[in-house]
Amino acid sequence: MTRFIAKRVLQGILVLLAIYAVTFFLVAATPGSPFSTERAIDPVILKQIEAFYGYDKPTSERFVTSLVNVLNGEFGPSAVYANRTVTQIIAESFPVSLKLGSLSLLLALGIGIPAGIVAAVKRNTWLDYVPMSVSMAGICLPTFVMGPLLALVFGLILNWLPVGGWFGPEFVILPTATLGFYYAAYFARLTRGGMLEMLNQDWVRTARAKGVKESTIVWKHCLKGGLIPAITFLGPALAGIISGSFVVETIFQVPGLGQWFVRAALNRDDFLVLGLTVLFATLIVIMNLLVDIVQVALNPRLKYD
Amino acid sequence: MTDHSETAVLADEPIPPPTSASEIAEEELVEGSSLWKDAWSRLRKNRLAVGSLFTFIAIVVFCIAGPWLSPWDANTQDLFLGAEGPSSAHWFGTDTLGRDLMVRVMYGGRISLMVGLVATIVALSIGVIYGATAGYLGDKTDASMMRFVDMLYALPFTIFVILLMVAFGRSLWLMFVAIGAVEWLSMARIVRSGVIGLKKQEFVEAAVSLGYSHRRIILRHLIPNVLGPVIVIATLTVPAVMLLEAFLSFLGLGVQPPNASWGVLINEGQQNMEIYPWLLIFPALFFAATLFCLNFIGDGLRDALDPKSAKD
Repeated sequence: MTRFIAKRVLQGILVLLAIYAVTFFLVAATPGSPFSTERAIDPVILKQIEAFYGYDKPTSERFVTSLVNVLNGEFGPSAVYANRTVTQIIAESFPVSLKLGSLSLLLALGIGIPAGIVAAVKRNTWLDYVPMSVSMAGICLPTFVMGPLLALVFGLILNWLPVGGWFGPEFVILPTATLGFYYAAYFARLTRGGMLEMLNQDWVRTARAKGVKESTIVWKHCLKGGLIPAITFLGPALAGIISGSFVVETIFQVPGLGQWFVRAALNRDDFLVLGLTVLFATLIVIMNLLVDIVQVALNPRLKYD
Repeated sequence: MTDHSETAVLADEPIPPPTSASEIAEEELVEGSSLWKDAWSRLRKNRLAVGSLFTFIAIVVFCIAGPWLSPWDANTQDLFLGAEGPSSAHWFGTDTLGRDLMVRVMYGGRISLMVGLVATIVALSIGVIYGATAGYLGDKTDASMMRFVDMLYALPFTIFVILLMVAFGRSLWLMFVAIGAVEWLSMARIVRSGVIGLKKQEFVEAAVSLGYSHRRIILRHLIPNVLGPVIVIATLTVPAVMLLEAFLSFLGLGVQPPNASWGVLINEGQQNMEIYPWLLIFPALFFAATLFCLNFIGDGLRDALDPKSAKD
């Protein structure tokens, strides 16, 4: 197990390096510069600005410097917002996104997994059909449709909840619901599929024949294996919640990282784009690592892949 | 599909002992055709999938033929009219610039569906060839090729696509490539595992012993045998791609005005939903219905092509 984890950690580090390199060169290949503005700048001043940010050096040299800096935890200054560092911006907005993201993930798991288990156990009854139809609808209503609709109904028509901003607990509800329900739908379907696969195994029939209680079969024998598809999906779900936050934060005007990322990419705020990409990628890599470990713990055969 | 019906006829005749390479290939096809026939009859019994198929076809026809039948043009503005609710003249109403929303939904659908189709084909071609090659060659080549896929899996896709769209301008063609480049991964994995299961079988051994090139074995013998799962995943990739396109368009990175996709229309509707809710509701309805249908068709195909997965 230790060897397995060490191997995966090493792989994760390589992945992060690769992501950094790809992002860096992609950003560097973008036409224009972060310092071009509407007003014409004196070329001498522009030279100085470029020298200050290290843009006078060739790309390959900049890559090495920036990589060393990032490894030291230095993400550099924002190239567009003068006097602010990337670290400051992240420190300001990350808690907001973290709260939104973790609450959404909790909501998704808390609704999706029980719904999936119930649907699998009570298959072909209304307890299966209703949650599964709702979840299909959930999958087909992506965040950018669900968000405005929720805002329209609960914010503007019923007037129960605020539709924008981030000032108190009531502001959290709509964005969380928008992000969470979408993934709840996925978790429900995956859990149902996984549980059904388990419940159809021969050894379940044997257990039933021996007179094992149905609840024991579900909770003791099937749950562990049945949850594997849902657990596997945790990594992609986190990645999706991060990119979903780009949309949800825009719709509900939440001052989180998602908004910053899109703005940074459009403004060519190179350092901020790199810093945020590193942050998102690290989160996803860590999540994938945890998922791998949990998976192996649940199904030791996977270790020998 | 014509050769399926031909080979289906062949299946009823006694198969002569294989004497040449071509007949070995034919025997393989006979197996395949009965699979397809079974799958078709299973699919036909799945009412949800058939209903979805018809609805989907109706939406496609609506989007393609609709603009020719409508008296309105998608980009002609009528600023005096402005945004009006659905009426007998404009069935879906008009947008803030007085453009007929129904025609815009049709044009948007054309673009959304085209992105879905083209990007899926891009993803399909890369994924199938990559996965089949990795699976067939095996060993170290396979390991390193799949490590690469794992690595890309860990890449935050949307970030990557957003950067691509910003870096290289927002053209439709780039979007096909960018989305296709992202969506081929699961296809590669599925094809690879299918090929690994197949390559130990006798017909591959026979092809190898007849001295066929790797290329021919992969293209002619292995890929046709994994088409079932590939079709399923392709059907499910189309909605995923459309979702990604709409996502990009929503953020203003996708289709650029005056062109519109459903994502663009939903974004426009979202901005005006308080006063003109129909601007959000109609495009959202069509978008969601299309995703709905494609998902059900994909599920139906999976149950039809892989009876083992049809549990209930």
